[in-house]
Amino acid sequence: MFKGLMTWVDDRFPATKMWNEHLAQYYAPKNFNFWYFFGSLALLVLVIQIVSGIFLTMHYKPDGALAFASVEYIMRDVPYGWLIRYIHSTGATAFFVVVYLHMFRGLMYGSFKKPRELVWLFGMFIYLALMAEAFMGYLLPWGQMSYWGAQVIISLFGALPIIGEPLTLWIRGDYVISDATLNRFFALHVAAIPLVIIGLVVAHIIALHEVGSNNPEGIEIKKNKDENGIPLDGIPFHPYYSVKDIVGVIVFLFFFSAVLFFAPEGGGYLLEHANFIPSDPLKTPEHIAPVWYFTPFYAILRAVPDKLMGVIAMGGSIVVLFLLPWIDQCKVKSIRYRGTSFKILLVAFVVAFLSLGWLGMQPATPLLTNLARIFSVIYFGFFIALYFTSKNEKTKPVPERIN
Amino acid sequence: MKKIFALFFIAFPAMVMANSGAHLDHAPIDLTDNASLQRGAKSFAKYCMGCHGAEYMRYNRIARDLGMTEAEVTESMIFTRDKDGERTKPGALMKVAMDGDFAKAAFGTKVPGLTVIARARGADWLYTYLRTFYQDDSRPTGMNNIAFPKVGMPNVLWELQGIQKAVFETETDHEGNAKEVFEKMELVKPGTMSPEEYDAFAADLVNFLVYMGEPVQLERKSLGVYVLAFLFFFAIVAYMLKKEYWKDVH
Repeated sequence: MFKGLMTWVDDRFPATKMWNEHLAQYYAPKNFNFWYFFGSLALLVLVIQIVSGIFLTMHYKPDGALAFASVEYIMRDVPYGWLIRYIHSTGATAFFVVVYLHMFRGLMYGSFKKPRELVWLFGMFIYLALMAEAFMGYLLPWGQMSYWGAQVIISLFGALPIIGEPLTLWIRGDYVISDATLNRFFALHVAAIPLVIIGLVVAHIIALHEVGSNNPEGIEIKKNKDENGIPLDGIPFHPYYSVKDIVGVIVFLFFFSAVLFFAPEGGGYLLEHANFIPSDPLKTPEHIAPVWYFTPFYAILRAVPDKLMGVIAMGGSIVVLFLLPWIDQCKVKSIRYRGTSFKILLVAFVVAFLSLGWLGMQPATPLLTNLARIFSVIYFGFFIALYFTSKNEKTKPVPERIN
Repeated sequence: MKKIFALFFIAFPAMVMANSGAHLDHAPIDLTDNASLQRGAKSFAKYCMGCHGAEYMRYNRIARDLGMTEAEVTESMIFTRDKDGERTKPGALMKVAMDGDFAKAAFGTKVPGLTVIARARGADWLYTYLRTFYQDDSRPTGMNNIAFPKVGMPNVLWELQGIQKAVFETETDHEGNAKEVFEKMELVKPGTMSPEEYDAFAADLVNFLVYMGEPVQLERKSLGVYVLAFLFFFAIVAYMLKKEYWKDVH
């Protein structure tokens, strides 16, 4: 009966074919470790954000006079509205945690290298879209930090010569952040950018499944196939990695719920205290800081004394990530078989990134600004040094097979 | 535009100064203490709601959460009338009695709503603020505040607390600049409450404000325990399932 139905469908739509191509007969290396949970987790968080977001839009009002109150209405009068709202706000942070770990995995094991350059590029565009999504979403609660954070970030575009000022006006739809800005950010946040993200995620996965997954050893499993053309070191994604990822999902949800139920404000880092004061165009909050996932780039922006150069440096710090497949010219993928120079550089990069993240939350005292300058130099220095050292790196021999 | 940019570089040092200001006293709050929350709610309606609204909160939510009947809440907390001229219903939002334009004229500033003030300011700040009004003839209201210098609000609780005088000490900081540092309060004129009674009064009020900032917080935590327990056991089952499937992978 079911078989008959599937045949009927398969004659008209490649359901079984797709199932096999992407799950049951998609052969993944058998040696995925801890770091390989974060791809599927990112997909999970995307779904969580879309579903919780849909329920929020049923009650939220994108109107300068009503937005703040509608969020509190969700928190108080909508049955389990508080839960949905906290799922969505905690989900934003979870998304960046997972994506940063996912990107770091790629860095460590050379997953951006040939033939996976497009996988990396699609991923970077997802990251970019995610930043836009998070930034616009943060305006919607219409609190003081929403308002002034957006004011500051949009004003950055004003630093560009000639087009700067008209561009900021075009983005805001008004001379200051206003109801017009809120309304368009809502449209972009709930419709436009999610569509872009979903499209890019599909492209990311299709590109990945075309070339196959990398692994902690950096060995191409497609080089060693059996007589049926199945990689000897590969196992079908389903059921092996589907059951393994369930474990990852549960452990992730454990930590996610711990934050959601016991510290949804995250000590003022996830929901900032000033955002519980309704937006007021006439009152600047004492301390305007972006949410934690933007702070490394914010620290780079502040480290440069010149406004325009600061904006360029901040943009450059993200653009340079796109170029990674061409900056790193080492043929060996995994850190396990790469030279000491790479290991030192990667550690320096991680230290710089985390330090910049911390510095971006702090007030800019002269000492801290100088520190931010040092770490900004290390951040960019990583890419420059990698470009020059990676070609002639002293690597170890890579085994033929995964054992 | 330049101004905004300048602001955002200036804002940071300004923040440090603003923060290093007052030492905050620890607020002894307990959200499971319904008696304290009820006292706080009634004080809030009596002393705060003349000028401040709690416009995202409903009276009957307080009744439900704090173990009061709607009649009790109506009796002790609702002093306003609705547009039909009848006493405001307990299902209504806790809107302010005072007209906004009047507030602006009287205090020179908008009077903030207090529904989520505890989430913006924190319990300790509120507890300190309510207890550190002091006499200052240079201010239009004759009163200043340690936690909130140059505050627009007069000390409406002076009858309970009495009138305090602040004692400052002159200290020199590491750069050699002389600085006035708050030392202690002296009661100039006693109020109807003893200092201990007034502290307890302020604690009840802050307790209520913390509750009102997020009425669901106790339920949130108790639900969280079940969720984490469920996930913990589910993780064990999922891990065993994974083990079973992976037996044949070498």
